Amino acid sequence: MDLLLQTPLLGPVLALLALAIAFGALLGYAAKVFKVEGDPIVEQINALLPQTQCGQCGHPGCRPYATAIASGEAINKCPPGGESTILELAKLLDVEPTPLDAEHGKEAARKVAYIREAECIGCTKCIQACPVDAILGAARHMHTVIVAECTGCDLCVEPCPVDCIDMIPARSPLQSWHWPLPDSMSLSQRNDLIASDRQLSGAH
Amino acid sequence: MSASVIPARTARAIGSFPGGIHPAENKTQSLTRPIQSAPLPETLIIPLTQPGYQQAELLVKVGDHVLKGQPLARGRHGIGVVTHASSSGVVSAISEQAVPNASGLPELAVVISTDGRDQWLPHTGISDFQSVDRDVLLSRITEAGISGLGGAGFPTHIKLRNQHSLIKTLVINACECEPFITADDILMQERAPDIIQGIKILLYLLQPQQCLIGIEDNKPLARAALEKAIDDERIQVVSVPTKYPSGAEKQLIQLLTGLEIPSGTLPAKSGVLCQNVGTAYAIARAIDHGEALISRITTFTGAALNRPGNLEVLIGTPMEALLDACDLDRSQLSRLIMGGSLMGISMTALNLPLLKISNCVIATTAQEIPLPQAALACIRCGMCAEACPVSLLPQQLYWFARSKEHEKATRHNLFDCIECGACAYVCPSHIPLVQYYRAAKAEIRDEQDKHRRGEHSQQRFEFHQQRLEREKAKEEKRRQERAELARRNREAKAAGKPTAGQPDDIQATLERVRAKKAKAKELEENS
Repeated sequence: MDLLLQTPLLGPVLALLALAIAFGALLGYAAKVFKVEGDPIVEQINALLPQTQCGQCGHPGCRPYATAIASGEAINKCPPGGESTILELAKLLDVEPTPLDAEHGKEAARKVAYIREAECIGCTKCIQACPVDAILGAARHMHTVIVAECTGCDLCVEPCPVDCIDMIPARSPLQSWHWPLPDSMSLSQRNDLIASDRQLSGAH
Repeated sequence: MSASVIPARTARAIGSFPGGIHPAENKTQSLTRPIQSAPLPETLIIPLTQPGYQQAELLVKVGDHVLKGQPLARGRHGIGVVTHASSSGVVSAISEQAVPNASGLPELAVVISTDGRDQWLPHTGISDFQSVDRDVLLSRITEAGISGLGGAGFPTHIKLRNQHSLIKTLVINACECEPFITADDILMQERAPDIIQGIKILLYLLQPQQCLIGIEDNKPLARAALEKAIDDERIQVVSVPTKYPSGAEKQLIQLLTGLEIPSGTLPAKSGVLCQNVGTAYAIARAIDHGEALISRITTFTGAALNRPGNLEVLIGTPMEALLDACDLDRSQLSRLIMGGSLMGISMTALNLPLLKISNCVIATTAQEIPLPQAALACIRCGMCAEACPVSLLPQQLYWFARSKEHEKATRHNLFDCIECGACAYVCPSHIPLVQYYRAAKAEIRDEQDKHRRGEHSQQRFEFHQQRLEREKAKEEKRRQERAELARRNREAKAAGKPTAGQPDDIQATLERVRAKKAKAKELEENS
């Protein structure tokens, strides 16, 4: 006690030391218990990508591209995702959205693979190429595409030795049609709008 | 109409909804004549469109002779609606035809060359519907191809299915609040007993505690006709003030019951089900007479028609002949609109066929409904928010839709927007607001669909990767086993011992093949 009273600095020093040890232990404990596996930003980016695994971005799948984006690659290399994916990525990463890089392809309507079954020789090459196991068939038996599972990635077209795979639109024009934004409408289209009509001589 | 003329039997609306507008009604023009029957057309174009543009299952082929009321196509997997031939004749084509729709894209339709005999498929009604099972009535309604005739066209049988005893209040929509349309009004005036019969069938199907017919106070004749026809104490007419959009489903329920249907849920979840008077009429025809839905009352109006009125038309009739029956002045016509002047769509040609949802055709002049003026900048006056019957913030939604901030738009309850057009109607800058909301909704739905599919594909891809790894590991294990065997054989050979495994197997196989060949040769020689 004497020592503490004679050296007034010692008290605070000891107190701070005790606090430092306590908080250090707490932090160390928290780092062990609440450790986050993997890189969460990669997961978040990956969740926004369309998961076609098509490789048009130059990476062998969506997760590798997500990893590349997390380490600073451009966000505009995904044609299947298109404008909406770029906007979402820009928002997530808080960067300026940029138009789709034409080098990697154009944004197109969703497609699915279609095997002309009469021409299929049953070589199984497309089955091996499909990243989501959406092609059904066996060696020397006809193959067919499970439309609901096909992502339209295009990867089965190239390996086919008899070129019997077509990429066809997944939805009919009617199914994929929706009202456009007025900003993107032509004048005649805009003149067809009537919801905003009011009568010149109308009483209101 | 002043409130004092409402007789004692008519209840007053107990609720109200915010906003709303009072556009010029323009209803008297088409109410001067009783329902006219339309001339039988030479060709009928009957679209096979199903909800969501799913493929319909065809029941006829080109060249078939069909009778009036014969089914032409049905939806797959029990969803969708059955379409029928509206008159007898020969199926001359099944192809894509121009039809009235917002996209302007052709839809698959059956074209029938009518034979003029208008011969019915034999059909019988049910004389006492209370004596048959509810499922029988429901399947009759399904087979009759009835869909909501108020304008949205939702399949009625789906709405009615599995609702028995869950519905407390049946609401019958007789508001017809949109300008120009009088089809329901005249139907009530002339055929109220059939409507009440349809309501009684609905009461039997759903067993609700009460049935409220909501009617705007600008239709005193229709209301009187309904009141005269009511012979069931569960049914009550409720007069609601004339205000657009009181005929919107959730708004009408709010007016009649004071109940606000929670965002994102169907009224049925709150124990309320809404049907249009036209639908009730069609149900009565289907049950009492066994008639499929092949005709409807359509209002033909607009300043370009010299004799506007309501016509009972066959579904699929090309409009041009009907417009001529109302004496269309082609020189005056500026636009042809299907539906009302607030929610309708412009049509690009005169000869498009009438659909089940075609409640009104407006042949309008440039004076009556002028072309939309160029949109000016939003001045943030807030009139749209005052007019919105759902208490949304149309101005905010407009900004979000323009800048594609879909998440914010969703959080501002864009999907509660009923697209009634009240906001655009009052907008002093003539901004086509509803159009922005429609586009934004569609984009958001597409995005959600994309994410759903993305998640699914990711799962499939991960399974695929796992499978490849598993196969690789298996292959690696087999390779190691073979290497091990070879090594042991080498060692055994070096030690001069007989080898195990492969070499012996090969020997045995060779001998077996040799024996098989010899046998085959023997057989060949013998034959």
